[in-house]
Amino acid sequence: MKLLAMDSSGNVASVALLEEDKIIGEYSTNHKKTHSQTLLPMLDTMLEELGITLEEVDAFTIAAGPGSFTGLRIGAATVKGLAYALQKPIISIPTVEGLAFNLAGTDAYVVPLMDARRAQVYTGVYCFEATNHTYRMKELVPQCAIPVAELMEKVNALGHPVIFLGDGVPVYEDQIRELCKVDYSFAPQHMNRQRAAAVAALAYQKIKPHLLEDGTLESVPGLIEDAYTFAPEYLRLSQAEREKKEREKEKA
Amino acid sequence: MKDTLILGIESSCDETAAAVLKNGREVLSNVIYSQIDLHTVYGGVVPEIASRKHIEKVIPVVDKALQEANVTLSDLDAIAVTYGPGLVGPLLVGVSAAKSISMASHVPLVGVHHIEGHISANYIENKELEPPFACLVVSGGHSHLVVVKDYGEYEVIGKTRDDAAGEAFDKVARAIGLGYPGGPKIDKVSKEGNPEAIVFPRAKVGESVYDFSFSGLKSAVLNYLNTCEMKGESYNQADVAASFQKAVVDVLVDHSMHAIQEYGFKKFAIAGGVASNSTLRTAMEKACSKRGVEFYHPSPIYCTDNAAMIACAGYYEFQKGVRSGLDLNAIPNLKLGER
Repeated sequence: MKLLAMDSSGNVASVALLEEDKIIGEYSTNHKKTHSQTLLPMLDTMLEELGITLEEVDAFTIAAGPGSFTGLRIGAATVKGLAYALQKPIISIPTVEGLAFNLAGTDAYVVPLMDARRAQVYTGVYCFEATNHTYRMKELVPQCAIPVAELMEKVNALGHPVIFLGDGVPVYEDQIRELCKVDYSFAPQHMNRQRAAAVAALAYQKIKPHLLEDGTLESVPGLIEDAYTFAPEYLRLSQAEREKKEREKEKA
Repeated sequence: MKDTLILGIESSCDETAAAVLKNGREVLSNVIYSQIDLHTVYGGVVPEIASRKHIEKVIPVVDKALQEANVTLSDLDAIAVTYGPGLVGPLLVGVSAAKSISMASHVPLVGVHHIEGHISANYIENKELEPPFACLVVSGGHSHLVVVKDYGEYEVIGKTRDDAAGEAFDKVARAIGLGYPGGPKIDKVSKEGNPEAIVFPRAKVGESVYDFSFSGLKSAVLNYLNTCEMKGESYNQADVAASFQKAVVDVLVDHSMHAIQEYGFKKFAIAGGVASNSTLRTAMEKACSKRGVEFYHPSPIYCTDNAAMIACAGYYEFQKGVRSGLDLNAIPNLKLGER
């Protein structure tokens, strides 16, 4: 099975191709944020280098959110177009889970931090357990948008060493140093940002139970979607909707 | 000769649209999903809400357009997509989807200017219309007086210095309690009013005889309403609407006729959402016929944002050899005639 993965949720643009137990190609950049100009040319270059055509791809997978609204939409529209033209499924992976899966195998709890602006981070807490010689990720705090201070309370309450990663780390490092009461460390450069390879690997693990005998995937709402049903997970309302709700609340 | 089939995709504002055209002017399908109800409560288009809705609708709308036209992606000769001007979030949805569909189906991609689309809407129902001609493009976001020299060749000779015509309609409609969208509401209520009741200013802009300015007119209406309020007098909603509309139409007709005379055009067209306005149409028609100028205007369905006009413009660009790459970006302030 060939799985084509994408992540455009943050500053990183990343594409990867997984074939069974191998990542056979990956192309990531974390330089300038012009995903609408870079994502498809990167995909095109990677496939050409691999000598693989889009028609050979069995399913698409994407970091579905949270993240930059614009980045999520570029990714979503792109993957929907591909999946529509080729009539293939879209596997939806929560961005924070994809980010955490970079550190599969650690005994520490993994805490991704994505800068969500408005004094919040997109975050979650995950741990890994090996069963049948395979690391599986367990969710301790599901992905959410909260202030760092609130996250630190949760982390301290768990009372277990943690590793932080993500583009929120440089933004909130001082606050982490001040508030984190458990042993902590920061992930090294090659695994501290979104990578499509991690999205692909996690997606492959998640879909295995849903592989049908003919090699296709059964549809599973929220996980295995298609070009019509897939939707990004913004985790937040638009500003206009938020303000409207606040006004209505004040009135009531 | 083999037919040329173009799929058009448009998502520059609050309409998600897709259409299939045969040989540039024959509409096989024209699907428009309007989000207007979503934005009405906010009194205007909210870009983030619009972008999210486009993501939800873009594939179903494209699919419906192909099905209604009874064609598949592999039948297409090109995919034409609006890449500017417009709201960047909404534009990115159409552009990203069009690029990936193009890549996966091996169908060439053609990026189209939104205003070029509006102008080209005139070709759809007027099979004999060919450049050169002059065109007035008036909508919620644009007020352009354009010389169409050839297919894909434009010269903007006049544009608004501040508010677009449609924007002025929206703002005035809000001020007199008609709500959003202002254009059709003012058009309707004006039929009950006296256009000569109140004299609002017809703005001239500096040295350019073709440029527009509508913010002064808008302020004059607001001042009038304020004055009424301060005096404790009520105003006649229909009279204000009709008088405001007359002021807009007078300026649009005046500038257009000036251009026709100066450039010696025998053909004149209008386009864009405000081109649906019945008073504007009637006035333009009258002014053109007085000067022996042929007057063209699209049906309302092709005046509003739609993808048939994008496919039509895309057809002529495609014939000229224009192709866009996988790096095509959304350009919110794209100038007409630039690439």
